[in-house]
Amino acid sequence: MGDQIQVKKQSKQYDAVIVGSGAGGGMAAYVLANAGLKVCLLEAGPMFDPKTDSNQLKNPWESPRRGASTKFRPFGDFDGCYWGWEIDGEPYTQAPGSNWEWWRARMLGGRTNHWGRISLRFGQKDFKRRSIDGLGDDWPIGYENIKPYYDKIDQLLGVFGTNEGLDNDPDGIFLPPPKPRLHELFIKKAAGSVGVPVIPSRLSILTKAINKERGQCFFCAQCGRSCKVYGDFSASSCLVIPALRTGNIDLVTNAMAREVLTNNEGQATGVSYISKDDLQEYQVSGRSVILAASACESARLMLNSKSNRHPNGLANSSDVVGRYLHDSTGADMGGIIPELFDRKRYNEDGVGGMHVYSPWWLDNKKLDFPRGYHIEYGGGFGMPLYGFNWGIEELNGRFRIKGKDKQPGGYGISLKEDYRFFFGSHVGMAGRGEAIARKENRCEIDPKVVDKYGIPVLKFDTRHSEYEIKQAKHMKETFAEILHAMGAVTTWGDDDGPQNNYGLHNPGNIIHEAGTVRMGSDPRGSALNEYSQAHECKNLFCVDGGPFVSQADKNITWTILALSMRTSEHIVDEMKKRNI
Amino acid sequence: MDRRKSIKTLLIGGVATTMLAEACVQTDNKKAEDKAGAEGAAAGTINRMKEEQENEKELKSKTFFSSHEMATITVLGDIIIPKDDTSGSASDAKVPDFIEFIVKDMPQHQTPLRGGLRWLDLESLKRFDKGFVDLNHDQQIRIVDDIAYPEIEYKENGRTVKKGHVKPGMEQGVAFFSLIRDLVATGFYTSEIGVKDVGYIGNVPNQWNGVPMDVLKQYNIAYSEKELKECVSFDKT
Repeated sequence: MGDQIQVKKQSKQYDAVIVGSGAGGGMAAYVLANAGLKVCLLEAGPMFDPKTDSNQLKNPWESPRRGASTKFRPFGDFDGCYWGWEIDGEPYTQAPGSNWEWWRARMLGGRTNHWGRISLRFGQKDFKRRSIDGLGDDWPIGYENIKPYYDKIDQLLGVFGTNEGLDNDPDGIFLPPPKPRLHELFIKKAAGSVGVPVIPSRLSILTKAINKERGQCFFCAQCGRSCKVYGDFSASSCLVIPALRTGNIDLVTNAMAREVLTNNEGQATGVSYISKDDLQEYQVSGRSVILAASACESARLMLNSKSNRHPNGLANSSDVVGRYLHDSTGADMGGIIPELFDRKRYNEDGVGGMHVYSPWWLDNKKLDFPRGYHIEYGGGFGMPLYGFNWGIEELNGRFRIKGKDKQPGGYGISLKEDYRFFFGSHVGMAGRGEAIARKENRCEIDPKVVDKYGIPVLKFDTRHSEYEIKQAKHMKETFAEILHAMGAVTTWGDDDGPQNNYGLHNPGNIIHEAGTVRMGSDPRGSALNEYSQAHECKNLFCVDGGPFVSQADKNITWTILALSMRTSEHIVDEMKKRNI
Repeated sequence: MDRRKSIKTLLIGGVATTMLAEACVQTDNKKAEDKAGAEGAAAGTINRMKEEQENEKELKSKTFFSSHEMATITVLGDIIIPKDDTSGSASDAKVPDFIEFIVKDMPQHQTPLRGGLRWLDLESLKRFDKGFVDLNHDQQIRIVDDIAYPEIEYKENGRTVKKGHVKPGMEQGVAFFSLIRDLVATGFYTSEIGVKDVGYIGNVPNQWNGVPMDVLKQYNIAYSEKELKECVSFDKT
């Protein structure tokens, strides 16, 4: 037992120590490094460069499990994201009755290795919801404050879409979208006939080249695996890797942050972390600390950073850190389109994701729930992977095959005919909506449990309200209506009801966690000011999903990027003025 | 897909770029480096983090099915997916190897399969005094016919419809056969032979130019002028 724990203090003084290399941290590193500031970027996982590390264009048989999911890659063996719902040695706990599902990515680029590249701007109403429906709170800023940053990231990172002049789905600076696939044309027609608008989706994928560093999309439909030519947005390929070339960033991978260090005045002085490579303890110092570890990890870090000046956790005398935790709502349904049985084969991979979607289209004043949802669509000839052709009896016992009635199941040459017959005729829809951010929904430090590094872990206590459940019910009714209008027969997700909250996913499951370190103008009810700067610790910032007051019916990544860019430019200014 | 072929398609297609070719060469170099180390060889060609490599090594070091069980799986696999005019059989596509791996990766399949195989042998013994693999083809099919058709239930216009009929006493056999049919089918159609059979022709660099004209015509559907104007299109010259 001769090994003694030692803390290794780095003598170098950085302008900023950033914790996390996803959308928020990647953008902060990019802006600061390009402004000439010296940055230490801590990432809890290993290095990852899509150019060399992506599983793009692998065939199903190259995976012994044929692309099935594992705990290491819950979205399948080829997926670009390391870890997910559980990480060996890093538990989290739940209060009784709570069932938050926590996704954690551990790798360069963080959770941008997982998402569907859906890149939506929040609209003007999304910043002022309390003024509209009396629930939650207004943001301290409005669309006009963020618009210039949305414009900049549209051009810096690239996003396709169309300007539709919609009330709460702002226009952008868009690349041309891809043409709809066959099932998407069916959806467009059917949804339109029941009053649901369908417009080109808005995804950060380069349908045209925007610079020499990144290639153009070549339509393999595999953005989820990460792109070897950098044809889609990931924080690694588009922010961190280019920013490393400035020479202003020291990237430390496999560095699990333990605590934000503070001085006697309560100001942040740096970050302590454990290296997963050598299990040694380290400290790095900086003029500022920027948290971008994910909404919940950043809250965990703040709550674990207690001191005489910050007895309730760092910058948390308001007691809001960890509270107002919320995720997008989600409910789904799928079916099969008999008109598409026995389809002609062609390559319809397209981009990695849907070519069309439905933004929220109704007025909540006429509905029994607040806030809206958008609809994402899937279907067509996907790559066969584990689970493909599962449960054939449900199809070949139900639908006539080339004029023949068959018994469910079967075997042999006749069965092979059936598998071919149904390929490419499935369609699916997923509603993703806005939940109300409520004070009672929270994560806090579990006083009894630590992870394998000795860091106290989070305990979740979150519940859906009637609002989210009614929204899910509405989603289901809408999906059934659209499927019926297109002549499709529902095959899953159609037997939900009050007994299971209409198929509403557990909170956290949609992987859009937000709200735990929220911004506001009143320090009694918020942790951060409008620049995501802590009210009680002027050189501490948070730039992930934490600052969100509410998260709209839109995926939050584009807004994380815009807010992080705004905060980072503010930091550069303040440092020039010597205010930090 | 032959990766070299895909790069060729890419260049002929004129799609951006040398970047993909470059990325593939880099990956090849990395693969060669990986192969130098024993761990790399165990990891195969897929990107793996350290914990996955260890897990894979451990899975591959174990054997679950006995040779008798594997022989039964092979016979059943080829009854479910036999060779036909379009493609080969389940065993041609090495489906039994896939099943051996997947039960180690997904232990929830182990007992239903092991117990189901035993159920099948006992049923064979009862009827024909031999284990399943030792029966002649006709005898095998007589048992399979009794377990290959589960009952299903679905709603149509608000009423419940039931299809299929299972002979009393055959329920467990039917449940087992449904599981092994699913595993055989998923293993076959994710193999090189099966992907070709079912006609998935993606996973190659491409220029998506919309639904082919003849298909649009077949379904009596057309792109709107707005779509044609605002969507990206490529010259097919």
